[in-house]
Amino acid sequence: MTEARRAPETPTMEMTSNKEVLRRIEYTGDMLLNMGPQHPSTHGVINFLVQTDGEVMKRAIPEVGYLHRSLEKIGEKVTYNGYMPYTDRVDYITAMCANQGYAMAVERLLAVTVPKRAEYCRTIATELNRISSHLVSLGTMAMDVGAVTPFPYALREREFINDLLEELCGARLTYNYLRIGGVAYDLPEGYAEKLVTFLDHFEKILPEFNRLITYNEIFVQRLAGLAPISPEMAIDYCLVGPNLRASGVKFDVRKDIPYSIYPEVQFEVPVGRGEVGVTGDSWDRFWVRCEEMRQSCRILRQCVAQIPKGEVMAKMPRKIKMTEGLEAYSRIESSRGDMQYYVVAGAGENAYRVKVRTGSFTAMGIIDVLSRGLMIADLVALIASLDVVAPEIDR
Amino acid sequence: MSKHYAEDVGQVITTRTSFIDDIINLARKSSIFYLLFGLACCGIELMQTGGPRADIDRFGSVPRATPRQSDLMIVAGTLTYKMAERCKLLYEQMAEPKYVISMGSCANCGGLFQLAYSVCKGVDKIVPVDIYVPGCPPRPEALTEGLLRVQDKIVRERWFAGRREVGQSDPGLGIDYKVSA
Amino acid sequence: MTPEEIQQVLAGKFGESVGALQPAKQDPWVLVKPAAIAEVCAFLKTDPRTRMDSLMNLTAVDWPKRNQIDVIYHLFSYAHRHVFILKVQLDRAAPAVPTVEGVWKAADWLEREQFDLLGVEFTGHPDLRRIMLPDDWVGHPLRKDYQEGADYHHISTTRESPLDGFVRLDELKKRAAAKSAEAAAAQAAPAHAPAPAKKEMPS
Repeated sequence: MTEARRAPETPTMEMTSNKEVLRRIEYTGDMLLNMGPQHPSTHGVINFLVQTDGEVMKRAIPEVGYLHRSLEKIGEKVTYNGYMPYTDRVDYITAMCANQGYAMAVERLLAVTVPKRAEYCRTIATELNRISSHLVSLGTMAMDVGAVTPFPYALREREFINDLLEELCGARLTYNYLRIGGVAYDLPEGYAEKLVTFLDHFEKILPEFNRLITYNEIFVQRLAGLAPISPEMAIDYCLVGPNLRASGVKFDVRKDIPYSIYPEVQFEVPVGRGEVGVTGDSWDRFWVRCEEMRQSCRILRQCVAQIPKGEVMAKMPRKIKMTEGLEAYSRIESSRGDMQYYVVAGAGENAYRVKVRTGSFTAMGIIDVLSRGLMIADLVALIASLDVVAPEIDR
Repeated sequence: MSKHYAEDVGQVITTRTSFIDDIINLARKSSIFYLLFGLACCGIELMQTGGPRADIDRFGSVPRATPRQSDLMIVAGTLTYKMAERCKLLYEQMAEPKYVISMGSCANCGGLFQLAYSVCKGVDKIVPVDIYVPGCPPRPEALTEGLLRVQDKIVRERWFAGRREVGQSDPGLGIDYKVSA
Repeated sequence: MTPEEIQQVLAGKFGESVGALQPAKQDPWVLVKPAAIAEVCAFLKTDPRTRMDSLMNLTAVDWPKRNQIDVIYHLFSYAHRHVFILKVQLDRAAPAVPTVEGVWKAADWLEREQFDLLGVEFTGHPDLRRIMLPDDWVGHPLRKDYQEGADYHHISTTRESPLDGFVRLDELKKRAAAKSAEAAAAQAAPAHAPAPAKKEMPS
């Protein structure tokens, strides 16, 4: 067990607010550098203003908004059905989950029940997407730390998932597969066999991935004990998803506030144990995602076995219109955590307000605090381990 | 190294390149280093295009993190006004000769974000674009096609003639031919 | 605890500052006076019965018709696994509410976002500045009366459609037919004596 590498409890530098730091450069000879917004890790366009002496950082202030595509304003200008492709872009790596959150919120407003088969189709799509999102996350995390090889391994598996999802809905990345009231297309012929073949192949790849990188000694030394987050701090800063579970809090929206058909499938929720370092360090966040991929395979097998026959779309009105002021709140477990949609209905065919609260947005607030005293290379590993993506932050 | 190209927007483009031009262009087109400028969803498809299946490394293209070492800037994703100034800065930091591929609908014209207040409606408001690749996001095969079109552009260049404005007449090309894009 | 019980506890402690449980179809909420929001949130976080240790979401909604801006707090407790919703109604002309950043650190960025997009001022916030939009942006876009500018830093905000100036062929033919009909009517009219009851040919 390596000791924790974290900022000292009583820091010696003066704790000025970010506002003051941004107004003047300290006379200590530190540099104020921009790390971003264009940088080689694929977390997206995020900027960090780093005050450093060259290696050790005094402060890293995240600056976001470089991908602010005004999705919340567009929610007020297009119809409920027409907004579905925009929810893809809220988190394009897990587009199915983002679709599902919005569909669930509007279905709560309309009090529509989604048919069972549609729920199973949704779950198949979201769990496949969860695996593919975790592959991207783990691959880029390994690449950021310096191990370039696992990244093409992850991309290779992701191509198989892209093929499966393309067969399902026609697109490789921004699927727009879910609809309010169900899904757009039924599972094609022979899909279940193809999915099971893929799962058989993928479950052999997971131990290979672990042998390649997860327990690799250099990888462990880089990440173990790096920026451990205690459960209280994680809850206070509203970290969600794998970040929260790595800190030891056993909470998964699919288990604790179940939605869709999750009560009918059996799976476990991996929680960080501090296996090679401290509970809640970056290695735990990596490991939790690996284990979640395994659990998603389990869920997929059960879905394929249990899927009933039936409709894939509920009876929906041609135009969705509601009284103004009705509000609905939906929570789903996306691959980056608890994604919450707050929809206020408008007088006409459009929503009045759509707010998306994503896991990456609140994770950015903690980077500032955790990064004091870390080295710049550690900052890269920290951001990668929190799995932030720019579209979730900026929307 | 064909010297004649059929059909570009209804025009026949002919450029007479000499042997030296061909050698130089072969070397240049086989090692186009592109700047990783993945902004949004198209950035993920850019990543997949550099990945194992649709591998553009077989054309000699490797991603570079810094504009100082790259020939090609693939603007992959939505450009916001906040990012536009940085995009211009990065373009100016690239060394000549440089090319820009605008990948995806958002970079071409603003894409599906026409109603957005913070999205720049097209990257060609900021930097001059050579190739537009449509799609949302474009498949890796489409982006590979875009890269091959950039290679076609490179092959047509005549080094010792220097750069000329499109539309200028160039006596070295023959009677009455004007330099085309 | 159910929302009713939590509301009872709050009403017992804060009396008038906390309103009754609004009968929404789902997700019932409680209206809180703006001045008291920070104390209410601190109480909800520390009280062992409620233990709202996490601020899940902070949203602001602009209602120009009622001349107010609502700020909605969604609270969640990991200890007891229950949800509670608070609402604060602010005057639209000068929306200001005390910050809850001292209670939950997550409020830091959530409040900055609502300040940026809607102009709600959170008094006492340590670092209230724009987060999504550039620092020199004018206006608060998510307000209902927001007008987009013509350009930002000399980048124009519109893009001409490539179809501008192009007319469909059948539309062209219709226009040509209409023009010729007009010309024929104009030519025919001066030849006759003006007859007011005569109907014009449909053009």
